[in-house]
Amino acid sequence: MNSYDVKKDFPILEKNKISYLDSGATSQKPIQVIESVKNFYENYNANPHRGAYSLSMEATSIYEETRGKIAKFINAKNSEEIIFSKNATESMNLVAYSYGLDNLKSGDEVVLSIMEHHSNLVPWQTITKKTGSTLSYMYMNDAYEIPDEEIEKKITPHTKIVGITHVSNVLGTINNVKKIIKYAHKNGAVVLVDASQSIPHMRIDVQDLDADFLVFSGHKMMAPLGIGVLYGKKEILNKMSPFLMGGDMIEYVYEQNTTFAPLPNKFEAGTQDVEAVVGLGAAIDYIENLGYENINKLEEELLDYAREELSKLDFLTLYMTPNRENHSGVISFNIKGIHPHDVASILDNYGVCVRSGNHCAQPLLRSIGVDSTCRASFYIYNTKEDIDNLVDALKKTYEMFRKYMKSEN
Amino acid sequence: MDDVYNELIMEHSMNSYNKKNLDCPHYSELGHNPNCGDEITLELKLNGDVIEDMAFHGHGCAISQASASIMIDTLKGKTVKEAKDIIETFIGMIKREITDENELQKLEDAIAFRNVSNMPARVKCALLAWHTVEDILKKSETKGNGSISCCTGD
Repeated sequence: MNSYDVKKDFPILEKNKISYLDSGATSQKPIQVIESVKNFYENYNANPHRGAYSLSMEATSIYEETRGKIAKFINAKNSEEIIFSKNATESMNLVAYSYGLDNLKSGDEVVLSIMEHHSNLVPWQTITKKTGSTLSYMYMNDAYEIPDEEIEKKITPHTKIVGITHVSNVLGTINNVKKIIKYAHKNGAVVLVDASQSIPHMRIDVQDLDADFLVFSGHKMMAPLGIGVLYGKKEILNKMSPFLMGGDMIEYVYEQNTTFAPLPNKFEAGTQDVEAVVGLGAAIDYIENLGYENINKLEEELLDYAREELSKLDFLTLYMTPNRENHSGVISFNIKGIHPHDVASILDNYGVCVRSGNHCAQPLLRSIGVDSTCRASFYIYNTKEDIDNLVDALKKTYEMFRKYMKSEN
Repeated sequence: MDDVYNELIMEHSMNSYNKKNLDCPHYSELGHNPNCGDEITLELKLNGDVIEDMAFHGHGCAISQASASIMIDTLKGKTVKEAKDIIETFIGMIKREITDENELQKLEDAIAFRNVSNMPARVKCALLAWHTVEDILKKSETKGNGSISCCTGD
């Protein structure tokens, strides 16, 4: 198997001669996922959990089977520990509001890494302010990693919740989540892991990690947009209050009071995005079919090549760890003296899609002293040719600006 | 693309003579795009109802920097009324609401940004300085001349 074979499964990449290097924002979808959604609407569409007729029951069973598939995929003990949401952001808000709000009080601490995406940061600002608890951060060293001493310094017996991204969406740094969880548990804190940037690339085992909560979005792992997952340990989820209220999350509703449904329905109010759930199931099948081992092999080779080729460009500043084993397929960079928005616009002209901006991580960028960066992020359908296109386009961009640079006059 | 990153725009963005501080500006206004972190401070001096001098400083992409610089060239020496008309025309051009060649002539060099209208992600960059000067001119209507008093008594 090579990336050229994989790429054939992605109609958008076949139709457009582009180098799509923005999978950290959203991945492209293979034909198998696209067909699964079509198939659902052509053969199984009904509202799950509602009807006594067979079509609705079939829809219910597809919906619930996918829940089971996800539980198995991340090695959760029970399928009720899998809650569907609209994205990782909603999953994290659920934890912040339904767990954080009820369990934090004055004197308690929430500890995050400075690498967090705004979605695992802004909710905690709101919740710590509401509860009178404090918010503190684990900072990085010069290698763009969070050192062990920092973990041990910031997580204290006052810490009640730790939020940590598994892989940074800006730097690609792989955090030592297992160590953080172990240390947090020793101090009596629960840990919320943001696996949005890791699960597309590496096997997640929630029991091995011993994560209390773990969230991800489907769309970054080849599933449709609009579907997210929250994993939570059953004993913790059971004690939590519901987040959104409405249909399907209740048992009995009286004029003044309501009793709530057991897990997982307690956290799934209203009609769910069943087509996206179906698509997520197909994406998991696609990943399992390729095998994480093969995915890793392809991606490691590509990342080695990208690191090597980009490091040759002396006009680039690269924001990545020198420790290869702690790096996943995201590279942030800037061309010295040229604004990343200009770089991204000009790269687009050469058919190279990269993101520019603050990547929903303003505190992180501030901590490394920049307003914005360009970011190239890779996935299984990317080829060495894509990296070559990126490098060529960067050289041309630099040349275009170089003659106007003052130091060159 | 080359239509946007043309010689005029590149030169203004990299080496602008309008990027400086004025001695005693009557108005100084910060404009920013939180999404990209671009920040421009515009300074403006009025002489009666004529824009006597303008300058800018700050940081941002080539399009936002060049747009500020070329805007200053275009608006300097114009009356507030003329300036407002030019600003409205520029915004209309970028939003593709104004396409009439004759009408666009009044933009002078700023017409170079015409093709930014094909780059939706960059529209905000091109408009940053123009929205900022719009704010200044609105203020000048209510406050009159001289909201910064560094030169009073001179």
